[in-house]
Parts: sequence; structure tokens; C-alpha cells
Amino acid sequence: MTPHPDTLWRTPRPRRSYDVVIVGGGGHGLATAYYLARNHGITNVAVIEKGWLAGGNMARNTTIIRSNYLWDESAAIYEHSLKLWEGLGDELDYDLQFSQRGVLNLAHNLHDVREGRRRVNANRLNGVDAEWLEPDEVAKFCPIVNTTASARYPVMGATLQRRGGIAKHDHVAWALARKADQYGVDLIQDTEVTGFEITGGRAVAVKTTRGTIAAGKIALAAAGHTSVLASMAGIRLPLQSHPLQALVSELLEPVLDCVVMSNAVHVYVSQAHKGELVMGAGIDAYNSYGQRGAFHVIEAQMAAALELFPIFSRVRVLRTWAGIVDVSPDASPIIGRTPVENLFINAGWGTGGFKATPGSGWVYAHTIAHGEPHPLAEPFALERFTTGALIDEHGAAAVAH
Amino acid sequence: MMLIECPHCGPRDENEFRYGGQAGVAYPERPAELGDEEWAAYVFMRDNPKGWFHERWFHTSGCRTWFTVHRHTVTHEIRP
Repeated sequence: MTPHPDTLWRTPRPRRSYDVVIVGGGGHGLATAYYLARNHGITNVAVIEKGWLAGGNMARNTTIIRSNYLWDESAAIYEHSLKLWEGLGDELDYDLQFSQRGVLNLAHNLHDVREGRRRVNANRLNGVDAEWLEPDEVAKFCPIVNTTASARYPVMGATLQRRGGIAKHDHVAWALARKADQYGVDLIQDTEVTGFEITGGRAVAVKTTRGTIAAGKIALAAAGHTSVLASMAGIRLPLQSHPLQALVSELLEPVLDCVVMSNAVHVYVSQAHKGELVMGAGIDAYNSYGQRGAFHVIEAQMAAALELFPIFSRVRVLRTWAGIVDVSPDASPIIGRTPVENLFINAGWGTGGFKATPGSGWVYAHTIAHGEPHPLAEPFALERFTTGALIDEHGAAAVAH
Repeated sequence: MMLIECPHCGPRDENEFRYGGQAGVAYPERPAELGDEEWAAYVFMRDNPKGWFHERWFHTSGCRTWFTVHRHTVTHEIRP
């Protein structure tokens, strides 16, 4: 292994103009910059980040990767992403600790069973690997799940995507940032976008805390703050920003070698390579930009986790936190053009954007480069809220995303 | 956890309530005359400010009253 260098990217001063300015230096923004350069040869690009690279939701998610979504449009884009994950570490020459350890989605009632079986069939028809496990098979696959008949939340089966798993979020961000930087992309941190210059219905520059930067095209990749940015351009969006909390336990010996999710009891768990249990829950109900949530949500989440995993009863919580997620009405992302020419949007990934990082960057880069949506992105255009062609993923995605 | 002032029951813990989103979203006066874009605006588009926000709360576990709260979406401060 080569020694880790002191810095993986430059810290450039913003130039006066770029072909493309990406607003938001998280996973999706970095992936977009990377694929703009790699797939489209567009390297005169800046990524403007108000804080530090990948310090928002990229640093706060539970790193679950899967593609077992119900609808064709979702399966297509998330499966594209999963396929990219499968080669991303080699391509970026960085150990992403991508581990396809299998993702279980537990069923606790008859509705869950029907939904799960239906989703397995839908996944297979879309070329996404999926299996239905009976309770005894769940017990074999993940012995520490409480599958006794007397459990408060009886396990009546589960879907399993073996190709699903987790990755190390920081490594993903650093690897993408390093490659983008090598292509000549300027990664500009500590610089907040404060407005846009729009002339004749066309976005021509971003105003920032370090001056105005002219841009051929402007691409939003700001997750929970997308509504705030869009309103600076006079655009109203069907997004609501909520806190999404997660937590880690103290470090444990290896005890859980797969990802376990349960929509019905609002918890999802995996064990990171380092040893801590990583758990997430549902969103806090109210709109917030506060990057913190209420403790009763954590308490409910822990109660559910203990019912599912009695073995965790003595485990101590080390740290809890929240990110701000932008939730759309159909729990699907919004990717594409906006009413303002040359201003593009990639938002609404809600509680599940991490898994989409490479796929999102791929289709967004294409959309920006061509000014036309990538075929996989087309169904996710903002117009769907007017046409009514929603992609309702609440069943497969609403809580445990 | 926030302490929310129910107009009927007084201050109660946040988890007694359900959230209702932006306040003052009125049903269209002439629904039959609305086009697709106006329906989209009514059904899906909502304010999502970083700052003060008028929003609806429902006292699910109490008197079951709907009421409006003025709350800051960063500090979570509530003011009358």
C-alpha cells in the first residue's frame, strides 16, 4: 500500500468563470464533477461548497447500498448505480470498503409479506437480484435476528438482495474528489452561494461569499438546502427538508455480517468495518434545517432495534446526529432542467441518496453536458408533478431508504 | 424534544402532536377551472424556508385540535 499523501486535492482560488459550476460538494456533486470530466471531457468545472467537502449528508448517512426498488424507473437508476459501485473502487484506485454483504428487508405482517414478494418479482423482472426468505432462512442468514414466534415484531420472512451492502462514505468522497481534482476540477470549499445572476430567463453566474463566478451552466447538488437555493432563482419546489437521525454504538467484535432493515418498525442496522453498529430511523416529522432531531425518535428506534436484536441489550450508544434530507412527495428524486435555462437540479433523494452517488452523478453529468435528460433521469424530471406521472416509492423506500 | 403550546391543553411534549406542514394552504376557490400547473402548485408545492415558518400541528394524543404554530426551522424556537 502506498503511503497516504498529505492532501488529495488542491485548494484553488475560484476563477472568474467556468463552463459548469456545481453547487454542493457532497457525494452527488463530486460524482457529477467526476463524470463530467470522465464521460464528457468537461473539465473547466468548479464545485462550490459552503462548508467542507462531504461534510453534510455524505458524512451523516448509514451507507446502505441496494437497488431493490419497486418501480421500473427506480430499479433502472438504482441498479445502474449499483453496477457502478461494483467497479468504482478499482476505477478510482481507492479502497472504498464496498462490501456486498447482503441487505435484508424484514416482513413483520401480512402486508409486508405481500409487498416483499411482489417487490422480489418486480426486481427479478428488472434484472435486479432478489430473493424471498422464509423465517427459518432468515434465521440461518442472520442468526442474531429474533425470529421466535413470540417476538413483539414476528419475522414472517424477508427480501434479500445479496449484491446490496455498505461502503465507507468518507473514502467514496475522497476518492471522487481526488480524481475530479486530477482532471482539473476546482474544488472550492468555505464558499457559500448567496444568489444567482439571471438574465432573460437564463442563469449566467453564481454570487458567492468570494465574489461572482460566471458559469455556462449551473448545477444544484445541495440536498437539504436545495429549496433555499432554488428560491434564490425564483423556483418553487415540491420539497420539504427534515432532520434524519442516525447513531453508532461503541465498537464491538464482529457480530452482524449483513444489513438488516425493517420498514414496519423503523430501524436499519449494519456493522461498520471498524466495529460500531450503525443505525438509522425515520425522519423527524417537522421541517428543519437544524441538523439535529428529537431524542424520542432515537428512543423509539432503539426500542425497535432491541426487539429485533435482543443481543444488543447491553450495547451503549456512542454518538447520535442528524442530517437534513430533502423529501419529495413521491419519495423519488428530482433530476433535470428547471424553468430557468442553464440551471439544473438534482435533489429530492430524501433519506436514501448515498446508494445513488455514482448513478446520480452519471446521469446528472449527462443531463448537464447535453442539456437534455439522460434516459434514466428523464422520468424523474420536475414536470412529473404537473403531469401526474409520479414514481411512488413510499412502499419500498419511505422509511428504510 | 420541543414543547408545543396547544391552544386548548397548554404546553405539551412534541410527541403528543402530529405535523401538518405549511399553514394557510387554502383549497382552490374554483377547482373546476384549475389547470394542471395550478393543481400541481396546490397539491405538491410548499414553502420550505430556512427561518420562520407558519405551520400546522394536530394534538393527536390530546384534544385533537388543529392549530397554527410560528416556528423557526433552524433554532426550533416557537413564538406566539
